[in-house]
Amino acid sequence: MNYNTDKLPRKQLLSLQLDLSKFEMASEDEKAQHETMRESTTFFRDGMKKLRKNPLAIMSLIVLFCLVLTIIVVPMFYPYSYEQMITVNGKRDKTAKNLAPMTYSKNELKAMEEGQKIFPHLFGTDELCRDYFIRVLYGARVSLAVGLFASLIVLVIGLLYGSVSGYFGGKVDMVMMRIVDIIYSLPDTLMVVLLSVVLNQILGTALQGTILARVGNNMISLFIVFGVLYWVGMARLVRGQILSIKTNEYVLAARALGAKSGRIIKRHILPNCMSVIFISVALQIPSAIFTESFLSFIGLGVQAPMPSLGSLANAARGGMQSYPYKMVFPAIIICLIVLSFNLLGDGLRDAFDPKLRR
Amino acid sequence: MLKYTIKRVLLAIVTVFIISAVTFFAMNAIPGGPFSKEKAPDPAVQAALEARFNLDKPVGQQYLIYLKNLAHGDFGISLKTGRDISQIIREKFSVSAKLGGMAAACAIVLGLLLGSTAALCRNRWPDRLIIFLTTLFVSVPSFILATILLLVFALQLKWVGVFSTDNPNYILPVISLMLYPMSYITRLTKSSMLDVLGQDYIRTARAKGVRESLVIFKHALRNALIPVVTYVGPMIAGILTGSMVIETVFTIGGLGTEFVRSINNQDYPMIMATTIFLAVLMVIATLISDLVYKLIDPKINFD
Repeated sequence: MNYNTDKLPRKQLLSLQLDLSKFEMASEDEKAQHETMRESTTFFRDGMKKLRKNPLAIMSLIVLFCLVLTIIVVPMFYPYSYEQMITVNGKRDKTAKNLAPMTYSKNELKAMEEGQKIFPHLFGTDELCRDYFIRVLYGARVSLAVGLFASLIVLVIGLLYGSVSGYFGGKVDMVMMRIVDIIYSLPDTLMVVLLSVVLNQILGTALQGTILARVGNNMISLFIVFGVLYWVGMARLVRGQILSIKTNEYVLAARALGAKSGRIIKRHILPNCMSVIFISVALQIPSAIFTESFLSFIGLGVQAPMPSLGSLANAARGGMQSYPYKMVFPAIIICLIVLSFNLLGDGLRDAFDPKLRR
Repeated sequence: MLKYTIKRVLLAIVTVFIISAVTFFAMNAIPGGPFSKEKAPDPAVQAALEARFNLDKPVGQQYLIYLKNLAHGDFGISLKTGRDISQIIREKFSVSAKLGGMAAACAIVLGLLLGSTAALCRNRWPDRLIIFLTTLFVSVPSFILATILLLVFALQLKWVGVFSTDNPNYILPVISLMLYPMSYITRLTKSSMLDVLGQDYIRTARAKGVRESLVIFKHALRNALIPVVTYVGPMIAGILTGSMVIETVFTIGGLGTEFVRSINNQDYPMIMATTIFLAVLMVIATLISDLVYKLIDPKINFD
């Protein structure tokens, strides 16, 4: 096909007007080459792509995954239990006290000479002749469960409270936020200690005989403390997010285009604040683990036979010079968990926080 | 500004009242009293003791009596030791304040230094190293850190003495108390410094030919400090309560140890006094840091 050059206005001498006769039509092949070949991507998929490029976040994800797998699977076939003394030939072995890692007690050595197979104590044993490896595993289990569950409580309460406050606005918002302000300015550590002491004593009698008693009133009081004190940060975050997103131009644009509020909430408000909320949950978990270990440290943590990483480390302080490994193992695990969650949280923030995205 | 200040001060007063009420009623909800643990108490003696400390009256009335005494500056006497609580607090707090003050000062100075260094050497090895270390420090619970420091440096290597009353060696306690806030300040300073260094006025200053050191200290750092100021209030709170753990590990007789002990003893006036004292300190610290923040940041309007 040719252009009819006559139909074009006459070219002035100094004009920059293009001379169309010097151009050719693009063939279909060439047109196809210029089309961008990138697939349309969703917010989540894009974020995951970014996350996958962050080696630290991926490494911590792998570490956490391996840890969780170990915690769940290993106790199923591990020959020792976390609350029982080591027994040799059906008898309690009192010589298996404070063994160093990978060593055997006298009785065990004797039994081994007789041809019995005895599973090695990977981390040694503690002062009550219990296998330390399984105790550390259970401790990690308890600490992780506390961290996850406490963060969940914080998430649920904070999300509900914050969205109600942010959504209704006005007087309701003001009153609700004053309450948050007051709780926020309470010195949390003092209150945590005080509340757990009080709740421990009160719950101890109230819970007897119920299913909850098996979880232990220290744990329950810890969760209550989290439900009472720590949700305020989340509530503030959610409210702030909803308030600021509500006034964004794209929400206005969506509304102007006739989108219903259901669609606006689903497509515009939620995706934009969910990422920030999830990041904050990921960073809440290590802080909950810290609080639990702190409470265990001053003797307010989980109940006696059940170990947590904090209480194990605290118990190990007594024989610190003679048995440093008892301190080292729970300390390493706790640092590993907290470090992984911190790095993962940072990675998630880099990948998903809309403010940091470019 | 005045309106904002009044609002914040009122909120602070309400907070202190709520803390005192929560503490008082929570404490009294614990079954058993300070005298029920004594061996074979004579009922008459116990009744007399309870009457002496107003423990026989209804809880609400006890609270009012307590507030009245508090308004006169009277914290009461410790039920376990019989000593005047104001005196105990003064004595113990001087130790805690010394420890906390040193830790806070070190945390701020080192944090700012490391943070600016990391920002200025962005993506080179000093930055990587500083961020690696601070991430690590944020992930270690303070009591584990304190115990390890104590074991390695005081007991194994014997580089520093163990803390004792006649030979108060604050190095290790200060380090273990300081690392967490220091790491936090470092990360905060780094991100705010990077933010500031990308601003137009920095480019203008450089284009004018201002010396690089002047650009960094006068133009960049001063503006980068603003977000750090908001953290200082909560940091002081954290250091004061965190010292509870550090004091126990290093057996320093400070206010934190006293708080834990009074809770275990159910020493009501002592729990009340320490909680209110620490709470007031923290509320004031937060208040000041918020007000200073509003004062130094011209971008914020007061409403």
